Amino acid sequence: MMSWRDTAARLRRNGVLGINWRNAEYTLPYNARDRYPLVDDKVLTKELAMRAGVAVPELYGVIEIQRQVRELPGILEKRRDFVVKPARGSQGDGIVVVTGRSRALYRCADGSLLDAHEMAFHVSNILSGIYSLGGQNDKAIIEYRVSFDPVFEAITYRGVPDVRIIVFLGVPVMAMVRLPTRLSGGKANLHQGAIGTGVDMATGTTLTAVWRTSIVSDHPDTGNPVSGVQIPRWDTLLELGARSWELTGLGYQGIDIVLDRDKGPMILELNARPGLAIQIANRAGLETRLAAVLRHRGELNTVAERVAFAKERFAAQPN
Amino acid sequence: MNRAHLYGLAGALTAIGLALFLYKLFVFGFPLWPEARTDVWRVEVQIRFEADGGPVKAELFLPVRTEPFIVVDQGFVSPGYGVTTERERGAGMRAVYSIQDAKGPQTIYYRAVVQHGRESTVMERDPRPPASPPEFKDDAERVAVQSIVSASAKQAADPATLVALLVKRLREARPGDEAAFLLGRQPTQTRLVNTAVTLLRAAGVPAREVNGLVLAPERRHARFQHWIEYYAAGRWQSYIPSDPTVEARRYILSWWRGPGAFIRLTGGTVLEHTITTSRSFEHAIRSALNRQKELEKRLVEFSLFGLPLQAQSLFRTILVVPVGILLLVVLRNVVGVKTFGTFMPVLIALAFRQTGLLWGCLFFSVVVALGLAVRFYLERLKLLLVPRLACVVIVVILLLAMLTVLSFKLGFDRGLSIGLFPIVILTMTIERMTVVWEERGGGEALQQAAGSVAVGALCYLVMRVPVVEHLAFVFPELLLVVLAGTLLLGRYSGYRLTELYRFRVLAR
Repeated sequence: MMSWRDTAARLRRNGVLGINWRNAEYTLPYNARDRYPLVDDKVLTKELAMRAGVAVPELYGVIEIQRQVRELPGILEKRRDFVVKPARGSQGDGIVVVTGRSRALYRCADGSLLDAHEMAFHVSNILSGIYSLGGQNDKAIIEYRVSFDPVFEAITYRGVPDVRIIVFLGVPVMAMVRLPTRLSGGKANLHQGAIGTGVDMATGTTLTAVWRTSIVSDHPDTGNPVSGVQIPRWDTLLELGARSWELTGLGYQGIDIVLDRDKGPMILELNARPGLAIQIANRAGLETRLAAVLRHRGELNTVAERVAFAKERFAAQPN
Repeated sequence: MNRAHLYGLAGALTAIGLALFLYKLFVFGFPLWPEARTDVWRVEVQIRFEADGGPVKAELFLPVRTEPFIVVDQGFVSPGYGVTTERERGAGMRAVYSIQDAKGPQTIYYRAVVQHGRESTVMERDPRPPASPPEFKDDAERVAVQSIVSASAKQAADPATLVALLVKRLREARPGDEAAFLLGRQPTQTRLVNTAVTLLRAAGVPAREVNGLVLAPERRHARFQHWIEYYAAGRWQSYIPSDPTVEARRYILSWWRGPGAFIRLTGGTVLEHTITTSRSFEHAIRSALNRQKELEKRLVEFSLFGLPLQAQSLFRTILVVPVGILLLVVLRNVVGVKTFGTFMPVLIALAFRQTGLLWGCLFFSVVVALGLAVRFYLERLKLLLVPRLACVVIVVILLLAMLTVLSFKLGFDRGLSIGLFPIVILTMTIERMTVVWEERGGGEALQQAAGSVAVGALCYLVMRVPVVEHLAFVFPELLLVVLAGTLLLGRYSGYRLTELYRFRVLAR
């Protein structure tokens, strides 16, 4: 049994980032407070991204006030499938995924049917803040339904797998694939029981995975191996990550990317305080990589330079 | 540069704090340790009333200069009022506050410093009072009194045992018997004392009712108690029905005798009176003060000791809060315990000060669990967040009322010590917990709840160490040092202890 002092020394040597260090040295100095609303409100994030030409699920409409609920049928008329979600929601609450129509009814992903009246009621609930943190009034977003790339199908239990990339000063420094499990209830949050697999930044293939606090090699529900999976269009993902810095101005952020079968990678969400569990999934410390970015700050001006730097420097170390 | 600035600031704060502390310690001679036994107590009575407009006369009783306490100093603070004292036979001393013309809210104060009198070596005898057999309303009362007295007198060896037996008999009154008849429909403490006095007199033992305080170290709202004095072995002796131990008798301060009211007011309406008692550092501080020059005395007057007692005892609580907060910062940022909110655990610790630790924890868990159960039920009704939280708070208040009544009926007095403050803290905790439950799930919420209670308990244990309380109150400048420590912790960016466990697989 190692002493705690010994453990701390080893962690430091491996460049593991602690939460105090992250707050004091990265989020506090590099993330200006006035930029937080850009990532907290998904409508703002989406507008920013679209203006910059960054791929996001297409926005069909936003309903901001109760009176606009009447316009809902007009927005939905032309769409066969779409997603309705709250702009400030968290953890996937309040999201309704409509996959098709059956006469006047909307068919949802979980098989239930909603009529127009129930859909309007759901939107009203979103507006009154039922799903937003602290109960503030919220907006409802109606957007493109992502049809997931089948690449992760064998290692996902329902839900939405996504790729989280930590971006520091425009350089993608670390990535992981978050795979929902039965335990996480289809959600891609690690502390709810999803699996996180590390990603080789050079090639975009998955490495070992962390589930709860232990290292796993197979998906606990499907039994398929989670490592060695090639993420398609990895360079596009890195480029999306690199460009997100100019998008929000947040120096240290996490971006969540989903892979669409037809339209390729899209930014789903941005996070100004991304968690640190990604280090366990990658079995590598963030601090080493962040320090490398700081040392070469001056040379990393274009998106291409930053992507190249990430691929060269942050390739997986053979264990 | 930033760092140098911070270290400079922390260093300066520490230097100022320590310099003031050492100056007060060595030059003023303020005591470093809370004295284990000081027999000096300060008692303050505050009376608020509404004057009708016109002459006002307020008469209130003053403490009796008798054993075991003697009044060494007293003061009447009443702007514009004339104060005289007069003796009322058989009851005690009265202070009469009067004014020609007053209207609106008025406040008058009476302050006294009392000290344990020296144990008299010579047993001086009180003059034997004349026997005064009671007068009865009717025959039924006389018969009842005589029946109880004759039964008890047979068992009693001396007046002391007779008092105990009579009080026991009254305590164990069953509906329909003589004792219950004498106590009447509302057997209050006062009524019990009055009846016991009547019984004693009927038995030929001179006796009287006494009203006064049982002094407690720190009491913001002390209340008058009633007890019995009886004459035996050449002296007046006290018997306190609510606490007949020798120890309690050492701390009684008799105020007036007989059934009269504490305040008599003409020309106004009494709103409330509050009595504050505290064991005071008066002795040590005063001897320190006597050595001061005029300027230094002023400085002390401008310190916390210059405040009225009620404010002083409030600040005794408030000034230890920074110590708890420092501990909280260490536990959150260095150890990594997850808690609700930022200062919730310190508030929980303050609530524990009123309820006690064990009882507080029990009450906390029960109420929070029930509150959560209600929340889960409300979840099905799909209410909006704010009304839902409001419902939870209302239900929690009802639960608290029920639990308090229940615990009182089961004989746990501690249930009654749930004041307004802990109720507010409990409801806030439940609110925080439900929000966390919504945001991050049940496991996280339970973890944070456990963390909050554990940190709260630790803060409570530290905050109630007498030395900590004493130092914070007598040397508030030490809080600058606490502030400096907190500032430095604000730049602690090392691993949290819990992260060592969390990232242990990375420590290859």
